[in-house]
Amino acid sequence: MNVDMETKSQSAPSRERVAAIHTELKVEDETFLTDNFLRQLINVGEVDILVGLPTYNNAKTIGSVVRAIQSGILRSFPRERAVIVNADGGSRDGTPELVTGISIDDGRPASNLFALRTLHSISTRYAGSPSSGVALRTILAAAELLRAKACVVMSPESTNIETEWLSKLLRPIYRDGFDLVTPTYRRHKFEGLLMTNLLYPMIRALYGVRIHEPYTSEFGFSGRLGSQFLSQNGWNDGQGVELRLTLAAITGGYRISESFLGEKDHVERRASDLVPTLRETVGVLFSALESDFAKWSTVAVAQPEVPTGGGPGALLDPMRVNRKRLREMFSTGIVELESVFRSILSPSTLAELQRIARSGEDEFHYSGELWVKTVYEFAASFQKSVISRDHIIQALAPLFRGRAFTFLTENRNASANDVENNIEGLCLEFERLKPYLLQVWKSGE
Amino acid sequence: MREMIISELTQALHELARGFAHFLPRLIVLLILAFVGWVIAYLVKVALRSILRLMKFDKLSENAGASQLLNKAAMPSASEVLSRFVFWVAWLGFILLGVSVLGILGLQEQIARFFLFLPRLFVAMFIMFFGLLAASFFSRAALLAAVNGSVPSPRVVSVAVRSIIIVFVLSIVFEELGLAEQTMLVAFGIVFGAAMFGLAIAFGLGGKDLARRFLEKKFVRGKAEENEDELSPL
Repeated sequence: MNVDMETKSQSAPSRERVAAIHTELKVEDETFLTDNFLRQLINVGEVDILVGLPTYNNAKTIGSVVRAIQSGILRSFPRERAVIVNADGGSRDGTPELVTGISIDDGRPASNLFALRTLHSISTRYAGSPSSGVALRTILAAAELLRAKACVVMSPESTNIETEWLSKLLRPIYRDGFDLVTPTYRRHKFEGLLMTNLLYPMIRALYGVRIHEPYTSEFGFSGRLGSQFLSQNGWNDGQGVELRLTLAAITGGYRISESFLGEKDHVERRASDLVPTLRETVGVLFSALESDFAKWSTVAVAQPEVPTGGGPGALLDPMRVNRKRLREMFSTGIVELESVFRSILSPSTLAELQRIARSGEDEFHYSGELWVKTVYEFAASFQKSVISRDHIIQALAPLFRGRAFTFLTENRNASANDVENNIEGLCLEFERLKPYLLQVWKSGE
Repeated sequence: MREMIISELTQALHELARGFAHFLPRLIVLLILAFVGWVIAYLVKVALRSILRLMKFDKLSENAGASQLLNKAAMPSASEVLSRFVFWVAWLGFILLGVSVLGILGLQEQIARFFLFLPRLFVAMFIMFFGLLAASFFSRAALLAAVNGSVPSPRVVSVAVRSIIIVFVLSIVFEELGLAEQTMLVAFGIVFGAAMFGLAIAFGLGGKDLARRFLEKKFVRGKAEENEDELSPL
């Protein structure tokens, strides 16, 4: 059952108005936006800025996030018509009530700042199980209906969100005409290894665009990109929709920018989280490569780096990492999944991986070149569906752990600059071996 | 007496000639049917082989694990085996059709039974192939899940999944073919019961430490730390 919450409703909308909005929506959209939510949207009217908050049981952190958003709007966009849209996945801890219940006065950063417009907060509980894809779809549909010029999606889990984040993600869109703004963060040198060892360098090498955080829970986008993505994207599978939006912006030729936000929260993850994460990111990227082949196969070089106003490099605090376990999981995977790897990898790559798996801890070295070849062969096998595509993605997990082990070992005593140089070296390796991807991609056609 | 013998012989010869005259056209029909059947079966074989190659049937059968079995038995590729099989079944069907024209009593009933058996044979083959495909898919899924979940002896889990599915598939195939139904039912019951009993004993006695570790890992927070990567991939 869908439960919708309302705040600041002004007048009961007529049935005709609801019906008129229904006709604006596609037939498929009607089933996922409830009448009550549509009424709330009608009450809000057109807006300049929309802040999307996808939530699910985030009562612990949502208060500070909403206050930071309200404060950000008061500081940077006091004259603009703004709305906070909460798409909730069925929280049982009162998260939606917290979102709609926080007064604008709570977020006022200074006594001399006042809202010149009503700041609306509306909430809807979308049907089905919690999914970032459905939540984003709800937010995009709301943005389209309210004709929002600039939108931003904020993570409800941020514990260190700052007032400036909203402005940093929205300003390039609202004032400078960009269509997508992705964040960059200051993180520990060993955080986000999938991002630094696969997603960022591969997207940079193939699409020629430097986006350090292509899969993120905080980003800004223009109304036109949102509308285009809403109409284009196949919504049956909501996995990795944030990455799909980034890739759609790249292939659609939209203007993309990055904004440095600050320090990123440390996210606790278990080993079992890796496979779902790979599905949402690498699986989505490999799928996109198939449809975007005409575009990425013709890109020769990456665009030059654009300064994002980032602060100092990676954090270097000591961090306890179970490296032994990473190496063990890699070696076990190589031995046990040999039959699977035979279907995916070339004999030479597999032989090299088997040699590494047999080597001791000191000799263990999963080089950048071999890692890039591995990823490219996986991408080509994914495209050819040599076995189930989901199995191909799952089989990448132990290999990623092996690469993570080498990255940790190589950068154990490295400075922030050294780490950056190593990542840059890997990016260049991805670019250098792009012809290899094209070769394995076309082999057997 | 002599005339009687000659008359009987003549009559017998006449009957033989009449019988032969009756039989010869049927024999010719048999030969024609066999020849036409060979041509048709050959054309079907060639067409089927091409269709299977277009469908990448060999790849499918490799995924199902059928190709490995054929390789071990020094047999050609799966598409070749299937097209040859269809050729022989089709040709044999035409030959049997020709034999039935001969009108040999008793044989016609057997031929009719053969033709009735053919659909069941194809259904059984269909079940067998897709059963092998399912066994291969689920055993690989189990293997990957076990490796990524750090389950001890992942291959044992994978082989167990494959074996259980294949045993089920075989029992369905034999039932479909109507071969030794009772024997298969009893054998299946014994094998399945023995496997479950063995597993129950093995898990009960041998796996108690493993079960304790699993439960501790699942429900006691402090113990879970050892199994964490402690790194965020994103």
